[in-house]
Amino acid sequence: MSAATTTAGSGPLWGVLGEFDSPAALYRAAERVRDAGFERWDTHSPFPVHGLERAMGLKRSRVPIVVLALGLAGAAAGMGLQWWVSTRAYPLVVSGKPFFSWPAFVPIMFECGVLGGAAGAVLGFLGLSRLPQHHHPLFESKRFERVTDDRFFISIEAADPRFDKSGTIQLLERAGAVAVELVEGA
Amino acid sequence: MAEAVLHDVDPIDRRPPLILGEPDFHGITEAVARPIEWKPPLGWWIVLGISLSMLALLGVAVAWLFWEGIGVWGNQIPVAWAWDITNFVFWVGIGHAGTLISAVLFLVRQRWRTSINRAAEAMTLFAVACALLFPTIHTGRPWLDYWMMPVPNQMAMWPQFRSPLMWDVFAVSIYGTVSLIFWYVGLIPDLATMRDRAKTPKQAQLYGIFALGWRGSHRQWHHYERAYLLLAGLATPLVLSVHSVVSFDFATSQLPGWHTTIFPPYFVAGAIFSGLAMVITLMSISRVAFKMEHIINLLHFDRMARLILATGSIVGYAYATEFFVAWYSGNLYEFFAFRNRAMGPYAWAYWTMVSCNVVVPQIFWFRKLRVHIPTLFIASIFINIGMWFERFVIIVTSLHRDFMPANWDYFRPTIWDISTLIGSFGLFFTLFTLFVRFLPMVAIAEVKGVLPQAHAIPHETSPSVPYRQEEGARA
Repeated sequence: MSAATTTAGSGPLWGVLGEFDSPAALYRAAERVRDAGFERWDTHSPFPVHGLERAMGLKRSRVPIVVLALGLAGAAAGMGLQWWVSTRAYPLVVSGKPFFSWPAFVPIMFECGVLGGAAGAVLGFLGLSRLPQHHHPLFESKRFERVTDDRFFISIEAADPRFDKSGTIQLLERAGAVAVELVEGA
Repeated sequence: MAEAVLHDVDPIDRRPPLILGEPDFHGITEAVARPIEWKPPLGWWIVLGISLSMLALLGVAVAWLFWEGIGVWGNQIPVAWAWDITNFVFWVGIGHAGTLISAVLFLVRQRWRTSINRAAEAMTLFAVACALLFPTIHTGRPWLDYWMMPVPNQMAMWPQFRSPLMWDVFAVSIYGTVSLIFWYVGLIPDLATMRDRAKTPKQAQLYGIFALGWRGSHRQWHHYERAYLLLAGLATPLVLSVHSVVSFDFATSQLPGWHTTIFPPYFVAGAIFSGLAMVITLMSISRVAFKMEHIINLLHFDRMARLILATGSIVGYAYATEFFVAWYSGNLYEFFAFRNRAMGPYAWAYWTMVSCNVVVPQIFWFRKLRVHIPTLFIASIFINIGMWFERFVIIVTSLHRDFMPANWDYFRPTIWDISTLIGSFGLFFTLFTLFVRFLPMVAIAEVKGVLPQAHAIPHETSPSVPYRQEEGARA
């Protein structure tokens, strides 16, 4: 274990955190961690580093499926509401049109579809990225405060089957980490 | 500075730099967080004070309206829609530029949008709030406004969904909601920045609650970017539909001057035109007040001025087409309505509109004027005025002389019409002033992403995977 390694938080070991000083360093290190076969790990950056999902080997995001499902549900609900109101709840002849004069219902159906899709995008994003999650062991680290400013991190969880304290620290150091920290907490 | 902006091009992609002065990532955070963390300048207090006084005027005007009724306004038959609906359409239109900048320019990969999209989106939200005010109070008995909503009630009555006015209720309220969602999703990473920089636990808590525990993790960014793209994809047709629906309020009626198929595209172009003018008005002041000239620089103004020129010319073309069709259709009533616009008692309003909306933007054919902030500022004020008059002209000149000469009248606003309009500006500026003080007015994470040092990684390290697979890369 390197002498420079510090510890943040207290409690059981959660994982290690490697700090990098540029997107390029993070990208290269991510490729190495991916190739080492880790699964419960993540990269952290102040802005989305382009192509990092490839370096990490992430699968395509499933947000679009949620958007499609909720968007169609919203549109169906919009048309359904208008159908029910105009033919069942309050049938009223307006300018001699049939009760279910669907072309007049298209604008509201469309708007409701967009509302559903937008709700799907935000709920899909929050659900898939497990937010809100106000408490996380990483927040114990003082270093990690710079993740939203100008620093780049890789975190590897102790729960990963390939995790081995000194080996993982070494991996991060050899991958170019400028600092490595042990994170404790739950 | 103007020269430097437009001639220093990147040797590789031959585009001028988006952010000046080659700041590092930390420099961006500092520059954007400064106005929030430092004591606000005196000017901020002055602007807030003026805005709040105008807002108080709105309170008085609306209270008197509720107490006394719609009669306090100048609205009379035949001009039953007057300043209130003019203001409504004006404010909805202002909002459109925010969505254009945040969604449409995102989809067409105009990366210069990153410096201004946050403030433009905020402007959208506040403008939509002002817009919603007017139909709400225009109903006369605002405590019955829930009749517009499809809610079960003791009268067993339901809305009439074939009416464009109902479409409007849905379009504008959903537009407001989706704009809020889009704005908030964009804010999450920046709220996390403010949380991590917070000097007091209270600040950290407050920003922290709304940052939702964002950790900048790429597993989060991955979904975030996809969600953002889809929101942009949804907001783009939405914004086009909203002002189209607003134009249906007029176009589906039988009134000469309103009953025309050109309205949807004409309204959308006008909306974007007016909104861009408002963005220029707001940005040319805030960038100086908060020392962000390097982030919101002349390049951004140049691009906005080009869009103003384009949309302004579309609006001018629409004016001409309207007139042509009124004559060419051979419809006497239609042609009378247009002749009355240009030469009748409201000719002054018509020609104010034409000079502000068609003539003024033509100055932006010249690059020197596109990057000259005082010119831009003055032109933007003229365009704001012109676009308000456009709605006034459409509504009032079409109504005041309808089919029956016995009904003809001349609409004059009362002091309460004027107070409500001034008051709505108070609401808008109060919200915007508070926004620039408490939230990052520039999208920090996005601006970092367009800095040169944020790129160039995939090129050097991973040439093996073809570009098309970038998003679908497998483990």
